[in-house]
Amino acid sequence: MGPDTTSKSPPTLPADMEPELHSAETRYAPVTVIKPPGRWGALDLREVWRYRELLYFLVWRDLKVRYKQTVFGGAWAILQPLLTMVVFTIVFGRFINVPSDGVPYPVFSYTALLPWTLFAGGVARAGNSLIQDPNLLSKVYFPRLALPLAAVSSLLLDFCVAFVILLGLMFYYEIAPGPTALAVPGFLLLAYVATVGIGLWLSALNVKYRDINYVTPLLVQFWLFLTPVAYPVSLVPDEWQGVYSLNPMVGVVEGFRWALLGTSSLSVGVILTSSAAALILVVGGLLHFRRTESEFADVV
Amino acid sequence: MSRNPVAVQVKDLGKRYRIGARLAYGSLRETLAETARAPVRALRGGRTKPPLFWALQDVDLQVGKGEVLGIIGRNGAGKSTLLRILSRVTAPTTGRAELHGRVGALLEVGTGFHAELTGRENIYLNGAILGMPRADIRRKFDAIVDFAEFEQFLDTPVKRYSSGMYMRLAFSIAAHLEPEILIVDEVLAVGDAAFQKKCLGKMGTVAGEGRTVLFVSHNMPAVQSLCDRAVWLHGGRIVDEGSPAGVILRYLESEAESTAVPLQDRTDRLGDGSVTITSLQVESADPDRVIRPSSRLLVRIGYRSERPVRHPQFVVSVSDHLGVGLFVLHNEFTNLLPDTLPPEGVVTCETDPINLTPGRCVVHLEVMKGNVRADYVPYAAAFDIEYDDVYGTGMLPPREWVRYLVGQRWWLEDELDLPEATP
Repeated sequence: MGPDTTSKSPPTLPADMEPELHSAETRYAPVTVIKPPGRWGALDLREVWRYRELLYFLVWRDLKVRYKQTVFGGAWAILQPLLTMVVFTIVFGRFINVPSDGVPYPVFSYTALLPWTLFAGGVARAGNSLIQDPNLLSKVYFPRLALPLAAVSSLLLDFCVAFVILLGLMFYYEIAPGPTALAVPGFLLLAYVATVGIGLWLSALNVKYRDINYVTPLLVQFWLFLTPVAYPVSLVPDEWQGVYSLNPMVGVVEGFRWALLGTSSLSVGVILTSSAAALILVVGGLLHFRRTESEFADVV
Repeated sequence: MSRNPVAVQVKDLGKRYRIGARLAYGSLRETLAETARAPVRALRGGRTKPPLFWALQDVDLQVGKGEVLGIIGRNGAGKSTLLRILSRVTAPTTGRAELHGRVGALLEVGTGFHAELTGRENIYLNGAILGMPRADIRRKFDAIVDFAEFEQFLDTPVKRYSSGMYMRLAFSIAAHLEPEILIVDEVLAVGDAAFQKKCLGKMGTVAGEGRTVLFVSHNMPAVQSLCDRAVWLHGGRIVDEGSPAGVILRYLESEAESTAVPLQDRTDRLGDGSVTITSLQVESADPDRVIRPSSRLLVRIGYRSERPVRHPQFVVSVSDHLGVGLFVLHNEFTNLLPDTLPPEGVVTCETDPINLTPGRCVVHLEVMKGNVRADYVPYAAAFDIEYDDVYGTGMLPPREWVRYLVGQRWWLEDELDLPEATP
């Protein structure tokens, strides 16, 4: 038969593309081996690193799209913690008269709301990250870890924007940060790890069990009560402190207040317990994610 | 059969699904209940395992570097499953595959497109999702835009695009992927005809550049002209492989053989079953019932339903020996059937002369109710158009050359007749 249609003047590539392609071919010939997944897949973080550009684009997409078609746009990054702080200040600071470690209540709560907003938002976004576009799972390959990671990472920018407001508040209340402020990135990292840890669990479970959609808001709500955002840790009875600090966000909030506001002395025990809990969460989350990952495309 | 070195090596590859697992994701409650019940059931000794289904089994395959392999087979034969495994979207249950070289897979075009982002932004995002390094995307950006022919909409959000434009952009990005091993599922089935042709051309160049291509398609002429070798999958196994022309021929012959099974006993049908096709008869309206190029056809469709059938659509698609569509009979084209039909009956369609070259034709039959497919039987029937001396000279173009015959008259222009003869 003579299907002239297919061989007719295909669009030619720019001439300079050809040699480059061949040089790329000779430079490396990666071998992909495909086999049934073991019960416990290795944590192939190198693969995620190879796809870091995709991670970058996913974060970039999130940032581009997040506040599209909103009136206040990027201002929401500030409004969320700021409005919550106002409500907390009125209800807890004024009405209930919750102690605030000798710092004005607005600064006290806003400092905690910064990492908390990252955590709450990150957990919700990561939990949804795999199922919001099922075709991403069923039609194209990339390390699935990129999706929850990007979901959480894109909130770091919101954090930075909201952080500027904190500096303004501190200036207004004449609180000068000491050298301990240098520890903030460390506690931010702890918050990030805890958020990713929970996010990994929820996102992987959500692929199979859509119950997670209902669990997540409840979980975040309960978690807020168990985190010293609106109240100081000192209100928690001593005998409960150990269990209490298993919540990684306790360490994060305590760390933030200590580093920025110089409240009380930092309890090393709390930080260590919280860090260990965050680490266990994230490692467990990674293992569970890896184990279920190969099924995502079939189940989603 | 394949040249050295090897680009793709597949050994004993298999994929098993739990039936229904793909459709119904269990709720957490069900799983918890199952887990709780399991020990009890184990004690009783009665274990009911969920039914298993092998979508792919014992597949061995070797594709040489630079070879273009076509994969054919009917729906559900495992073609897409094979591609999904090779592109690492899903994991195999058994076996092993090795791919030597950078892999690019197109199981769908436009995956990850975001409606709110502009065309320009989506080029970068989609490129990254398909695994293109950012530097490559930047370098190929102009070529992508040129290929899609849509410069003026570059900074418009894609949600404002027409679906045609959307597909053009999506395919254009995909076409510039340029991996060493390209895996393509039936993505050409979308988009307008002109653009499809352009894409096939692009695929031709890709093949010409010595890239390895694995290509699933129902477009037999495309497989035949683009591929060096074809593999026929049936029921999850490779049943035939070799030169595209040979494999395609045997595949289509076997598909046509399924017409030997009485229509009522056919199980390879799709649809919700609210209306079932019970019989199909295609014959000539000529007194001797022989189908000739000039014959009118009588197509009789028997159907059955639980209750009277309102607004049914009977769709009869006729294609040639290579699966290329020839014509469609659709009762709503003429709208001469009553709105409501009795629960059981036979409808008949009579055509004009078909004017087709001698050879085999295949009939696919579908009944729709609204947008819902009630019943669909692929290869419901086949018929042969016999040779006939249509032009009275004994000459007739062969099927391999053309499908249609057109009545014609020739004469030499005489200056006196000129005004009348010009159409």
